[in-house]
Amino acid sequence: MSEMNAQTVPYVRESMVPQAEPPVTERGAVKWMRENLFSSWFNAILTIIGLAFVAWVLMHIVPWLWNSIWFAGSLTACREIRDATWGAGAPSACFAVITDRWQQLLLGFYPSELYWRPITALVLFGVAVAPVLFTRVSRQLLWFSAVYPVAMVWLLWGGTIWPYLLVIAGFALGVPAYRIGAKAVSPLLGVVAAIAVPILFWVFVLPPLSGALSSALPIGLEAVPSRAMGGFMLSFIIGVSGIALSLPLGILLALGRQSHLIFIHAVSVAFIELMRGVPLIVWLFTASLLLNYFLPPGTTFDLTLRVVIMVTFFASAYMAEVIRGGLAALPRGQYEAADSLGLDYWKAMRLIILPQALKISIPGIVNTFIGLFKDTTLVVFIGLLDPIGLSNAIRATTDWNGIYWELFIFIGALFFICCFAMSRYSMYLEQKLRTDHR
Amino acid sequence: MSAIPDQPARDKFQLSQLIYDTRYRSLTIQIFAFILLAIALFWLGRNTVINLAALGKDFDFGFLGQRAGYDINQSLIPYSSASSHGRAALVGILNTMLVAALGCTLALVVGTIAGVLRLSNNWLVAKIMTVYVETFRNVPVLLWIIAFFAILNESTPSPRDFGENGDASLLFGSIAITNRGVYIPRPTPLDGASWAVWVLVAIVVVSIAAIIVYRGYARRQQQSTGRILPVFRVSLALFFVPAVIAFFLLGMPLSLDYPELGGFNFQGGIMMRNSLIALWLALSLYTGAFIAEIVRGGILSVSKGQTEAAFALGLRPSRTMNLVILPQALRVIIPPLISQFLNLTKNSSLAIAVGYMDVRSTLGGITINQTGRELEGMLLLGLFYLVLSLIISAGMNFYNSSIKLKER
Repeated sequence: MSEMNAQTVPYVRESMVPQAEPPVTERGAVKWMRENLFSSWFNAILTIIGLAFVAWVLMHIVPWLWNSIWFAGSLTACREIRDATWGAGAPSACFAVITDRWQQLLLGFYPSELYWRPITALVLFGVAVAPVLFTRVSRQLLWFSAVYPVAMVWLLWGGTIWPYLLVIAGFALGVPAYRIGAKAVSPLLGVVAAIAVPILFWVFVLPPLSGALSSALPIGLEAVPSRAMGGFMLSFIIGVSGIALSLPLGILLALGRQSHLIFIHAVSVAFIELMRGVPLIVWLFTASLLLNYFLPPGTTFDLTLRVVIMVTFFASAYMAEVIRGGLAALPRGQYEAADSLGLDYWKAMRLIILPQALKISIPGIVNTFIGLFKDTTLVVFIGLLDPIGLSNAIRATTDWNGIYWELFIFIGALFFICCFAMSRYSMYLEQKLRTDHR
Repeated sequence: MSAIPDQPARDKFQLSQLIYDTRYRSLTIQIFAFILLAIALFWLGRNTVINLAALGKDFDFGFLGQRAGYDINQSLIPYSSASSHGRAALVGILNTMLVAALGCTLALVVGTIAGVLRLSNNWLVAKIMTVYVETFRNVPVLLWIIAFFAILNESTPSPRDFGENGDASLLFGSIAITNRGVYIPRPTPLDGASWAVWVLVAIVVVSIAAIIVYRGYARRQQQSTGRILPVFRVSLALFFVPAVIAFFLLGMPLSLDYPELGGFNFQGGIMMRNSLIALWLALSLYTGAFIAEIVRGGILSVSKGQTEAAFALGLRPSRTMNLVILPQALRVIIPPLISQFLNLTKNSSLAIAVGYMDVRSTLGGITINQTGRELEGMLLLGLFYLVLSLIISAGMNFYNSSIKLKER
């Protein structure tokens, strides 16, 4: 180094060369296109094919949407308006079917003077779900979330308020039952008591008591039968109940499958494989055709409730497999650490294992939720009027005979919005719970 | 240090140990659970017996041997309405397998292409694939099936349009796309040349065996000497060259039977019903969207250091892909891929939406309606799907354990 510095430098530039603009190919849109669209001959071909495809799709869809007609009484009226405005045979969407029938597609045959009830239920759903989804929302609201399921059923189905209040009272009875049982004998007995007391209360005390209270003080809403429920509301009810119920059941099944108790393990495996191995549609037919064989003679059982139970079982089996993956992904050291701290099984699971395992399985869990929500469309095959069933019913009327795409797009968009929102939320949650430092 | 004070004496077993002592508690819990389950099952079984007796029905699979009396519009084996219910169920099973096999193949192709293209550095193509994946994943498959069926029925010409006055024409002069179905040419042996066809089949089988043997030889060569033999080109040659030579030597024993318009419909050729095609396309594109995400995730899961290490060793990009990236990515890709195939197979029961005669429509639909044997029919149907998926998941578990990273 020193030798080099010792040499005299023949020429030293005294002033800075002014900064030159980067060449055209290295800046702005041209650079972006060179890098992202035409970086090699293969990419260039792909780009051209892609452009042609996009142009082809747009050429078909844009005029159709642009010429769309939003107000008409029937498909023929729509065609007449189109012929008058855009010329005969012009591509034109007839969204008039949506403006005409959107209430039916969303709410089924719910009495129109009672529309405020599902709308209130939906708004309250937003309130109830907010503290579950976002930690910044006040924790006090969780009490409302706990009561909401009962409130929702009451709002939608109506009837007197007493059975619903007594159901909540049954849950409330579980708390002292646990305390007394735990203090008197052991925590295990406390848990048994907390489960048994409310069930006994619901089975033996609730029916006569609610009957007596209802006849004495008939406070309540007008009852709406299950067959009036339909449209997207039905999908939403089935989907949300299934989601809320399948997660805890799935966790229990996953723990059962991991369990060292051989009998519990075998039962969990059998249940999971049985549920997963058979298509949902076969289970739904079982619920609608066969359930009457398995219940005491003369039992009637609401079809919507049967569907919710079946969908829950089906989804919980998938959920169990997803959570099992999360449990298996935890290093063994976590289990050993929990044991060495002297935690018992449930404490170890609740405080150490499950928080980590569930965090790992968030994408899988949300995918199961999305799958469940999409699967609610299958109820059309057992005669419930979900959006697809209603679209068939609408198409069967003389007014709207032969209309397809507008209905498909509307229904598809409804599902897309819900499912896409769920998948985005799962990404947000993963981001929020990420604890590694990156 | 003399003695451990609270060691329970072995002979003094107290009843409370059943709850407090972890050694016995697990036993208590299991026996308790077993009793509960046994009571529940007994209750269900007893109800079923009572209900069946009340309806005057018995539990009997004899209906499978009775005459079915209904037609099935697509069957891979000879079937007529005089055949038995059991044969109708078999036709349905084969139809389910057909759509599942077609669907899995196309879904794998579509999914792999879409997954790789989503990672492409071509912005436009990556965006198109993202749109594809998100639209198909977030909309129920049932809606897609109905939509594809509507497309095929509404926007294709009727067979009449292929006649003198119509404006429709055959694709490539040999494929007719109509609103009843797609007619494709059927390879038919010439008269008296069916033996030659069997010779051709035998030659193809021998070629495949030869390819397998050659691959094993090439691998052993590489492992013992390090010399790499060309595998792909030789396999291709082994597959095609003997078959083509034999085809011409035997005097071209196969000809194509083209669909031709006769009366109001096409005659000849193979007809693929719109119900089959709609189901096939919808299931494949729907499942393909999921497979695309699996493939993408698998490729992303191989860390960049692996590629760089392979390049540093002087491996060419194609060998880097084959020897370093794919083996690691496949370990991540294969298990969820197989469960997607399983999902596709189970989703094929949505054939009911388009009237495709799969096992649910024959055994679980018309047969049940005609014989009134819901219990037996649903049981058999469930059993079929269960056995199918248990076989597949057993295979998957075996594969999983064979490629799993060995830990302690």
